[in-house]
Amino acid sequence: MEVKDKKSKETKQGMLKRIAGPVVTAVNLDAHMYDVVKVGREELMGEVIKIQGDNTIIQVYEDTSGIRPGEPVSNTGLSLAVELGPGLLTSIYDGIQRPLSVLVDKMGDFIQRGVSAPGLSHEKKWAFKPLVKTGDKVQGGSIIGEVQETNIVHKVMLPPNAKPGSVKTIKGGEYTVEETVCILDDGREFPMMQRWPVRVPRPVKEKLNPIIPLITGQRILDGLFPIAKGGTAAIPGPFGSGKTVTQQQLAKWSDAEIVVYIGCGERGNEMTEVLTEFPHLEDPKTGKPLMERTVLIANTSNMPVAAREASVYTGITIAEYFRDMGYDVSLMADSTSRWAEAMREISSRLEEMPGEEGYPAYLAARLSEFYERAGLVKTLNGGDGSVSVIGAVSPPGGDFSEPVTQNTLRIVKVFWALDAKLSQRRHFPSINWLNSYSLYLDSLHDWYDKEVSPEWNKLRSWAMEVLQKEAELQEIVQLVGSDALPEAEQVTIEVARMIREVFLQQNAYDAVDTFCSMKKQYDMMKAIRMYADLAYAAQVAGVPPTQINAVKSKNELPQIKFIKDYKPALDKIGKDMDAEFNALRSAA
Amino acid sequence: MKEYRTINKIAGPLLFVERTEPIGYGELVNIILFDGSVKRGQVLDTSDELVVVQVFESTAGIGRDSGVRFTGETIKMPVGREMLGRILSGGGKPIDGGPEILPEKRLDITGAAINPYARASPNEFIQTGISTIDGTNTLVRGQKLPIFSGAGLPHNTIALQIARQAKVLGAKEEFAVVFAAMGITKEEANYFMQDFERTGALERAVVFLNLADDPAVERIITPRLALTTAEYLAFDLGMHVLVILTDMTNYCEALRQIGAAREEVPGRRGYPGYMYTDLASIYERAGLIKGRKGSITQFPILTMPGDDITHPIPDLTGYITEGQIVVSRDLHRKGIYPPINVLPSLSRLMNLGIGAKHTREDHKKVSDQLYAAYAEGNDLRGLVAIVGKDALSERDRTFLEFADLFENRFVRQGYSEDRTIFNTLDIGWDLLSTLPVEQLVRIDRDLINKYHPKFRNEQKKE
Ligand SMILES: Nc1ncnc2c1ncn2[C@@H]1O[C@H](COP(=O)(O)OP(=O)(O)OP(=O)(O)O)[C@@H](O)[C@H]1O
Ligand SMILES: [Mg+2]
Repeated sequence: MEVKDKKSKETKQGMLKRIAGPVVTAVNLDAHMYDVVKVGREELMGEVIKIQGDNTIIQVYEDTSGIRPGEPVSNTGLSLAVELGPGLLTSIYDGIQRPLSVLVDKMGDFIQRGVSAPGLSHEKKWAFKPLVKTGDKVQGGSIIGEVQETNIVHKVMLPPNAKPGSVKTIKGGEYTVEETVCILDDGREFPMMQRWPVRVPRPVKEKLNPIIPLITGQRILDGLFPIAKGGTAAIPGPFGSGKTVTQQQLAKWSDAEIVVYIGCGERGNEMTEVLTEFPHLEDPKTGKPLMERTVLIANTSNMPVAAREASVYTGITIAEYFRDMGYDVSLMADSTSRWAEAMREISSRLEEMPGEEGYPAYLAARLSEFYERAGLVKTLNGGDGSVSVIGAVSPPGGDFSEPVTQNTLRIVKVFWALDAKLSQRRHFPSINWLNSYSLYLDSLHDWYDKEVSPEWNKLRSWAMEVLQKEAELQEIVQLVGSDALPEAEQVTIEVARMIREVFLQQNAYDAVDTFCSMKKQYDMMKAIRMYADLAYAAQVAGVPPTQINAVKSKNELPQIKFIKDYKPALDKIGKDMDAEFNALRSAA
Repeated sequence: MKEYRTINKIAGPLLFVERTEPIGYGELVNIILFDGSVKRGQVLDTSDELVVVQVFESTAGIGRDSGVRFTGETIKMPVGREMLGRILSGGGKPIDGGPEILPEKRLDITGAAINPYARASPNEFIQTGISTIDGTNTLVRGQKLPIFSGAGLPHNTIALQIARQAKVLGAKEEFAVVFAAMGITKEEANYFMQDFERTGALERAVVFLNLADDPAVERIITPRLALTTAEYLAFDLGMHVLVILTDMTNYCEALRQIGAAREEVPGRRGYPGYMYTDLASIYERAGLIKGRKGSITQFPILTMPGDDITHPIPDLTGYITEGQIVVSRDLHRKGIYPPINVLPSLSRLMNLGIGAKHTREDHKKVSDQLYAAYAEGNDLRGLVAIVGKDALSERDRTFLEFADLFENRFVRQGYSEDRTIFNTLDIGWDLLSTLPVEQLVRIDRDLINKYHPKFRNEQKKE
């Protein structure tokens, strides 16, 4: 991120008084809250987070080793903002929108400090195509032109806070993001790029209620606990339970048009994996490389904590910007717990009164402000766009009663509860089907009815009932063994096993199974239901459960997952099941 | 360099020094005692009124009359190729009677973060010869994979077996071992040293020893010195470096001690709230860099207090590292070596280093199936204890037996038994063939036809 010096606003220099890690104190500085300041002789970037008498307290986005009291501090008078315009897609940024590729060029393989780099290339020229003409009335948020950025068309908009006016000149051609592309009657000039302060939500005309699911290709999500486009979901779980893999699956396969992926205080190698893998993966909808719709933010665990705190805001602001163009954006934040910990660390250095488990008292407020920036909206230019937010949560010891998980659950509408017991037996995705929920089921009901099948909603509730029932039966089995169950319930146990092993289990690393279309999900569930109906009928007709469970054709069902053109194989299984059960019934 | 005699307060490992000139945050500090001996410390907090210094050695002998010299630079480590074969203290001083290290470079021990954009994705399979690692929790070059153990369990033996046997198939490259001991006993340290000497590994090793009776605060810098050395060997000299850090639990205790001395608000169980970030600044110093030859593979060892995996030390470690190998007391009691419990163990980079290109096409699916079957058999043990074996169905009984077979044939192996990956996978198939073939739901039909002993033999007969 680059903050341009506004000479007019630049005020007298302050002086550093105290340095204690990422938090420093300056005196004699004219500052307002959240102003961006330059700290020390190396001009490290920082942000004002507290003002107390003549003391200005600043969080610094870079390592402060070697900085001494007495060094200068200057105020830019601007707040922390991101650059928005063509060039965002396929980029990878740190928490304050410095492009990591540019940092490698400027300072090598390790991240050093004191280097600034603008979020967008100011040299690159883009082919701008106007969409308005002289005399057209425009206002804040209006789309005035477009640029073919990747396979995605980047709409060029007036900044949201621009006052209305009418277009005087606008011309197509090759421009850098800083060059003026449009002049209004009153002389105001607009380049393609705009800046927006990250801590302020970008305005919209209206928030709408989400009614369309974000289809992810993950059976347990789409099938049982769907998230809506513009919705919010949390995915808490202990280490190694599958938060990152699930988020990456969503980044790969969800039918969003733009993906913003924030690696917030997590591993460096995970970001590298995304960087190496995404360019080779194809969007199942468009056939284009997935990287072309993706923006990555990587502020890994060993990068400065203050920049980690900012990374989440940087990401959501970029997401809102694409939403304003009318796109469906999905944002993954892995992990919001590390963000909360960054807040805690800064807060404890400010010697603020700690709330629960040392987190600042404003933790809940910050979390809800963040998730509130999700939504399906009517944009300022009258289009429809959405930001869906999926946040990973990493509770200490896997205990969901801790403050970050609890405060998150109070806000989000979908809860995907990861379960270490499932991941230990390599049941993936290890989302617990009894504890998880989606509050969007009702609002998405009609969509599933229309777009999948009128049968779907019934099938879904049936599957949930079987799973519930199984949980109850398992408690009995633990005491008396499964043979002691009534016969019908022995069938239920088998049907539940099939739902789990055939439908719920999905291997993210299998070339075919990694993405499962809604159609295939429906067909698979229908096949399980068919087995269940045949099995119960056989049981009523007097066929013993051991024989029912020994039906061979049903054992082929898991194989369907791994077959791309599964239809013929599935039809064959259906026929074979019919035949086998017929034989059983006539023998009984 | 100016010497101050303005220490005003000494609390635990912290000195509070007054009336100094402007001092840089993080600066290295020398403290001069009345007998002329020098101790080292680092600036934790600096202002025009007061400078807080954390001393890396025992504060015994430091008083208000001691001199304090600020060196004007952060802590640097002299590094050079000559370090191979040397034994240094936990503070980086030679303790093997040899000469001082002639530095080729002096490097900051905090180490800058590797730019994620500059990292290369690890994907080279390391064969350790241990089935529970190679087969089901595969190690990849550049990975950080800790051993979670408990007091009295054979984690050191396992670590040594790995260090001895680890190899990349078909490669002959320069390698080195960096070994950092933090707060372990002399006896444990000898166990490592003797093995290094016996196998000749010492020539290729740099050893840092902070033993149980060395100052606890020194442990804060020991892993950083070790990793700075490792980075030099790997990224400047192009070696493949294996770093063993033991015992990270002692490191964390030292961190807690300093937090308490600074009167910080403690986090869970008294450990500082920034412990995640602090540990990450150690564990993240592993991996590969695009366009550079070497690599750093990390093997931190920690003992879980009370065998509790949710304790903050293993918990925060697990959240940072790329998996964990869990040593189990139950298996150890059963007399099984190596007592690695695969269920809570995990290697996150496994998928990058296995498959047709690296090991064998059936690897992933065999591993998944072994897990699922063992987990199921293991659960049934609980049930059998209540209802007896007879109440089990036929199917359940085969799974129960599978669990025993798995522990005795797959998990159990000798101290120096070096199994090839193909051997490991074949053992896996032998065990899976004791289950009804239709229960192998995790494996595609093609692979079953190709590798399942039953079909394999049938094909041969034809
Ligand atoms: N859907 C899946 N299919 C196959 N394997 C999976 C799936 N989800 C998770 N896994 C396995 O579980 C491992 C751990 O998952 P992941 O890295 O997502 O955990 P995490 O919850 O993000 O942990 P942490 O909090 O430590 O980052 C993966 O490396 C992978 O082996
Ligand atoms: Mg993760």
